Amino acid sequence: MIKESPLHLADAHFREVIPAGDYFIKVVRAGEILRILDLEGNQAADTLFYNAQDPAERYSATDTVREQGNVYLTAGSLLISNRGNPMLEIVADTCGRHDTLGGACASESNTVRYDLAKRCMHSCRDSWMLAIAEHEEFGLDKRDITHNINFFMNVPVTAQGGLTFADGISAPGKYVELKARMDVIVLVSNCPQLNNPCNGYNPTPVEVAIWN
Amino acid sequence: MKQTLYQYTMPGGHHWSFRMRRGNLLRLTDVLGGANVGMLFYNPENLLERYNAPDTLKAQHTFKLTQGNCLYSDMGRSLASIIEDTFGWHDTVCGNLSKQRCRAQYGHHSYQEHRNGWQLSGEESFLTELAKYGLTERDMAANLNLFSKVVTTDEGQLVYDSDAPKPGARVTLRFDMDALVILHTCPHPLNPATEYPRRRVAMEILTGTPVTADDECLNHRPENRRALENNRLYYQDPITSFIAEGVHHD
Repeated sequence: MIKESPLHLADAHFREVIPAGDYFIKVVRAGEILRILDLEGNQAADTLFYNAQDPAERYSATDTVREQGNVYLTAGSLLISNRGNPMLEIVADTCGRHDTLGGACASESNTVRYDLAKRCMHSCRDSWMLAIAEHEEFGLDKRDITHNINFFMNVPVTAQGGLTFADGISAPGKYVELKARMDVIVLVSNCPQLNNPCNGYNPTPVEVAIWN
Repeated sequence: MKQTLYQYTMPGGHHWSFRMRRGNLLRLTDVLGGANVGMLFYNPENLLERYNAPDTLKAQHTFKLTQGNCLYSDMGRSLASIIEDTFGWHDTVCGNLSKQRCRAQYGHHSYQEHRNGWQLSGEESFLTELAKYGLTERDMAANLNLFSKVVTTDEGQLVYDSDAPKPGARVTLRFDMDALVILHTCPHPLNPATEYPRRRVAMEILTGTPVTADDECLNHRPENRRALENNRLYYQDPITSFIAEGVHHD
């Protein structure tokens, strides 16, 4: 569902551009609004959320899709934790649909999906591994790198049980906005994938903005 | 010739864990129809390597799991292959029945009052078994729900298919790696039943045969072939590569 935000970027108290292939990790406080902006279009922002007070509680893709009874995320979706609590709500979305079934690319899964020779190419999960290694203060380790949201990715499920990787429905300037219901750690990998037509084989920057 | 190594009929609404040896088969039969088997898999040599539902679905361009599919770990390997399936469509996106939801849907049936007839949730069952290996809720990935079919509409709505259960439906998994198997027979979280469904599941562990060139799962998709090639690297088997032409370099 397309829903525009009344907020203006000029009023955000925090803004940062994440280049493709980089990670972003930050605490967003309850009540704050987080926008992820697809600057050049058809980019994937692979995102995980944790309860900042107790990261063992985290975004759960299975609990979220089951509780809302729908596999796609958009405005109105509540992001549910593994303990059944609402963590964030999608309050605005100019893209219309985001994926949470397809997971994140990894060096290891690249060998399977594309070619064994793609092993030494950059991936979202490698970005997350570096993020948790460089930010021990959050207390995250590999077991916390679980099933994520792919903001701006379009992965339609067919009635016959197929999973398709359709052309992106995002475009330059499309954004998604989330209101935090608890203090959350947000961990984004701005996807570096060079083998997927979803981003036109051209990974580009995204911007994060936060309002009080 | 397959040899049966172990047989056990597990009651509904309970949990169990055991180690499968690479190459052996696990055959599960929904004796009465209407069972659900929640399953998680871990590599016993490195418990941080575990079943990864998104990688499994994405690699095989599928939402459902059935015969021909491999069950992938997060490390690009096949933990197990579904070499036989008479059910046809197994769920791996709906997760687990929570303790809270179990109580709300079926009422509270405590051990004190009901003894072996108490009503456990999949969540409590997984937490109990995971703890035996030092694992916690942080390790509870998206699970497999064998014998539960959930379809989607064009708009992405999830629909639990109450007509899918078949008495005697059978699934056989061939383990492509040694695996710690964590499982329960608690109800699927979208099962609309008002009375706690308690369905036994017959389990059989059998010896298997090595993967051959005409193996259905190996040939199902090129991704499965590459995953099994990654298994070959892991175990450093002195067998011929599954990738005939070898690895290309740019």
